[in-house]
Amino acid sequence: MTLLIALTLFVLAVFLGMELISKVPATLHTPLMSGSNAVSGITLIGALVSAGTDHSTLTTLLGFVAVVLATINVVGGFLVTGRMLSMFSSGGRKRS
Amino acid sequence: MSAADVTSVAYLVAAVLFILGLKGLARPRTAPRGNLLGASGMLVAILATLLDRSIVDFRVLLAGLVVGSAIGAVLAVRVQMTGMPQLVALFNGFGGGASVLVAGASFLAVVDEGLVDNQLAIAAALTALIGVVTLTGSLVAFAKLQEVLSLGGFRGQGVLRAVLAVVAVAAAVMVVVSPADTGWFWLLVGAGALLGILGTVAIGGADMPVVIALLNAFSGLAASTAGFVLDNPLLIIAGSLVGASGVILTQIMCTSMNRSLFDVVFGSMATGGVVADADEVYGDRVTSTSAEEVAMILEVAERVVIVPGYGLAVAQAQHAVRDLMRTLNDAGTEVVFGIHPVAGRMPGHMNVLLAEAEIDYECLLDMDQVNPTFAQTDVTIVIGANDVVNPLARTDPNSPIAGMPVLNVDESRTVVVIKRSLGAGFAGIPNPLFAADGTLMLFGDGKKAVLDVVAALLNA
Repeated sequence: MTLLIALTLFVLAVFLGMELISKVPATLHTPLMSGSNAVSGITLIGALVSAGTDHSTLTTLLGFVAVVLATINVVGGFLVTGRMLSMFSSGGRKRS
Repeated sequence: MSAADVTSVAYLVAAVLFILGLKGLARPRTAPRGNLLGASGMLVAILATLLDRSIVDFRVLLAGLVVGSAIGAVLAVRVQMTGMPQLVALFNGFGGGASVLVAGASFLAVVDEGLVDNQLAIAAALTALIGVVTLTGSLVAFAKLQEVLSLGGFRGQGVLRAVLAVVAVAAAVMVVVSPADTGWFWLLVGAGALLGILGTVAIGGADMPVVIALLNAFSGLAASTAGFVLDNPLLIIAGSLVGASGVILTQIMCTSMNRSLFDVVFGSMATGGVVADADEVYGDRVTSTSAEEVAMILEVAERVVIVPGYGLAVAQAQHAVRDLMRTLNDAGTEVVFGIHPVAGRMPGHMNVLLAEAEIDYECLLDMDQVNPTFAQTDVTIVIGANDVVNPLARTDPNSPIAGMPVLNVDESRTVVVIKRSLGAGFAGIPNPLFAADGTLMLFGDGKKAVLDVVAALLNA
């Protein structure tokens, strides 16, 4: 990937993100934040490569710690978002 | 198709799932599905990555995934809803930390192979700086929210921050100029870590919604710059989506508090403005009331708005408020909640706390929705809120909170304020609402006061 293509992706994704998020009602701001936070754990796929590549002990160690941290971010983030969203109920559904 | 092609297509699928997921999270009805789509995108991305042929040892990966999943699941299941801001701060920090480590590992590997170029070095330096600031900043925010750390600012902090910033920038330049000396990289990480700590340690509790939103943006940005290091389009796309959403939320929070981002980060309160003397504002015009009297007023009300502040969460009064709402609903009274954007400790926090108490989200109105309706409201009950209902923001251009968007509760026929005392809020100014003709003060603990009112309503 050339730098120019990478930058293009970056700029377009920023605009897309702004477009997607600007209409979110305040009620959903917290789940939105924890959900998008889980998405930012995407760095996990970089961590997997670093940890699995047999380059040096140091890079494997750094990769391993990164995998742990990013997995906490991803798994915890999606789970807690789901937990929060399950509490949002409306008149249509019955009270639990 | 080669394995690399399969991975590329899978990453495209994951990116689309992330976009659909975020789109779904924008509406209450579709939000649970949006969350699932996001999680599916992540699963697709992980599985595709495992096809990468440079991965030789899967044991380390498996161990990391298992340990991380276990910790993440335990944290997610056990957290109290009042503790949500801490947890999101912690997750933000871990994401930032992971990005630093990934950039570091990748940078070191490339340096060893002697293949480093300017583009990679710049991206690695940026990721290191943003990621480590996110990590340590989030840990400090976590500690402050958890109330294990109550440190404030100190003398010379500004100078120290400036020095650290200069060191960080110099180290970043050296990483690019002389990448083979990896010491510069670690110096950059160290200076960034201290900057993250110093940047958040002095920020006051009321500014936390801004800080968490900003750290959220940073964690996304760090993932995105890590994508430049690894030459990975999915990291760039997903990271910048999250970065953009964090920036928007930061903006919303700043506007709602009438504070610029600069003021929040550099800890300066809005200065200037004339602060009125509390005795002068309140005098003997404050009317104190009892739970029985409030119940009598509520009995004849047709429309009631409840305005919760963080004081409500501190008093654990969410369920008591729910009982009040149901009691009034049973008597045929319309009840809605008017929620200021900074009512909680993070954006939308109050809505989650009320949702947990099984209050229908359609009864939770944003400031813009509820403000035009106060004129047709019989009774507004303010619980544990102060600055966000201060009419001075509208009427006194010299006030420190002039221009801050507030809930116009003073337009309703009667205002009942449930509060411990006449003490000032975060802005440190008296609130003329408390002394207004239509305002009754019900002094006491939020939970007990609400329960007393409910009891009085049921006994009548």
